[in-house]
Amino acid sequence: MIAVIAWKEFRSLFASPLAWVILAIMQVILAWVFLYQLSGYMDNLPRIQQLANPPGITEIVSSAVFGFAAILLLMAVPLLTMRLFSEERRNQTLTLLLSAPISNLEIVLGKFVGLMLFLALALGLVLLMSASLALGGPIDWGLIGANSLGLLLLLGAFAALGLFISSLTQHAVIAAFASFGALLLLWILNGMTQDPNHPLVYLSLMKHFEGFNRGLIDTADVAYLLLFAATFLILTMRQLDAKRLQG
Amino acid sequence: MPETTDITLSAHHLTRRYGNALAVADLDLELKRGEVLGLLGPNGAGKSTTMQMLTGNLAPSSGSVRICDIDLLERPKLAKAKIGYLPETPPLYRELTVDEFLTFCGRLHRVPRDELPQAVKQTKARCGLNDMGRRLIAHLSKGYQQRVGIAQAILHRPDVVILDEPTVGLDPNQIREIRALIRELGGSHSVILSTHILPEVEAICDRVQIMHRGKIVFADSIDGLRRTRQMESLVVGFMRPPTLEALTAIPGVKDAQAMVNNLIRVVCHPDANPAEAITRTAAENNWGLTQLSPERTSLEDVFAQLTRQEDVA
Repeated sequence: MIAVIAWKEFRSLFASPLAWVILAIMQVILAWVFLYQLSGYMDNLPRIQQLANPPGITEIVSSAVFGFAAILLLMAVPLLTMRLFSEERRNQTLTLLLSAPISNLEIVLGKFVGLMLFLALALGLVLLMSASLALGGPIDWGLIGANSLGLLLLLGAFAALGLFISSLTQHAVIAAFASFGALLLLWILNGMTQDPNHPLVYLSLMKHFEGFNRGLIDTADVAYLLLFAATFLILTMRQLDAKRLQG
Repeated sequence: MPETTDITLSAHHLTRRYGNALAVADLDLELKRGEVLGLLGPNGAGKSTTMQMLTGNLAPSSGSVRICDIDLLERPKLAKAKIGYLPETPPLYRELTVDEFLTFCGRLHRVPRDELPQAVKQTKARCGLNDMGRRLIAHLSKGYQQRVGIAQAILHRPDVVILDEPTVGLDPNQIREIRALIRELGGSHSVILSTHILPEVEAICDRVQIMHRGKIVFADSIDGLRRTRQMESLVVGFMRPPTLEALTAIPGVKDAQAMVNNLIRVVCHPDANPAEAITRTAAENNWGLTQLSPERTSLEDVFAQLTRQEDVA
């Protein structure tokens, strides 16, 4: 049942131009970053090679691309999540799901998985771009793997938060901007203090992605992002139930 | 499926509050298999709220709903599988084609995969959507969208079909077709239908309940309603009116009341038709009968009476 809803969401995304536009713009910007970093690496190759422990091409090009992709998707995901519940409630199509013999868990997970399928596709494009470096020589697959895993978990967290905020309002634009604001705030939270052990730093999404971006898979980061996503998915389910109880 | 009971839907003491406002108060409702029940009421009477509660979209403040003897609140998944619901606004995904949409609905309702294409085809045929399968729902006219809404509600062959104002916004031809469809549905499913169009109820329902301010103020079968309204009273007019006593003396007449314009209302005994006797007596006594017509209490009268009296008070 989750797969049925997920597949429908995935197809509905592509029925609107929004998904295509987001994918296209992301690809253009990331390609530019990719080429910029690549030419910077080539130009400075002689100097880089004189360093005692020179950074590899993957580190300079791919990490930058993944870092940029994370910020781009931070802006794009709210646009994709905004419609999931807001629009359904506004068009009163949510009734169809609520009247069907399926649980709230299945509705929420279905929508989440559908969106994640799309985001995995976006991630695939980023991955392919980095993998194209392999045409020119050996690259650090471990670093790319860590970045991909980190970005996937991060997108799960983005999507879950967006989904929850979308369930709060009938207005898609409000949902989009509120999600974007919340994500951005969580992203830059660590900038508010100089103390690296401050609890705010621990809450920052950026802080938890940084490790992956450097090629470091820390179980604490994995757990944080998974818990973040699970929390907001559970809150979304509760919100659906609250609507049933309060009307 | 063994049929343990003929009651497909029963609701008891259903109450719903929005804050302090009472939307539905202590409502009882029962539906037998193969019955079409009309839920009537002025706007804001609580019809849609009631239907939302019957379909599990809204939790009642108190009371219980049982669908085919399954408690909707305790086992919502099982109970919802037996309901087909068309809300006031048909829940249609405009970006899908009719076939895609109906297939999606079938999957949601766990129609077995191998039966699904057949079920979609049959339902389309029933709702007159045969040639619309590949059209986008967004491009359909309102009438066809409404049909897709109904198709969605009956696709999985539910025991109870709940339709909230199914003929709103349709042209007269479409209304007739939809009514015929609902009538046909009544054969195999139980149907609850809400509307504020009175002839619609008379045309297609077996039973009618009138709601006002969240309460059921009238409940009877359409046949019962017809019986009560036929020949309950006659309106007669004479050139030379007799005394009221002389009219009351005619067999079958219970009472006579003077009305405006020299007309007289003759209230008949139940199951008696004194029309012939009145004509004969009038001719014998040279009263000069000018008018004799049955005074019908139409459903509209009942409706108006029941839903207005409280406003005056």
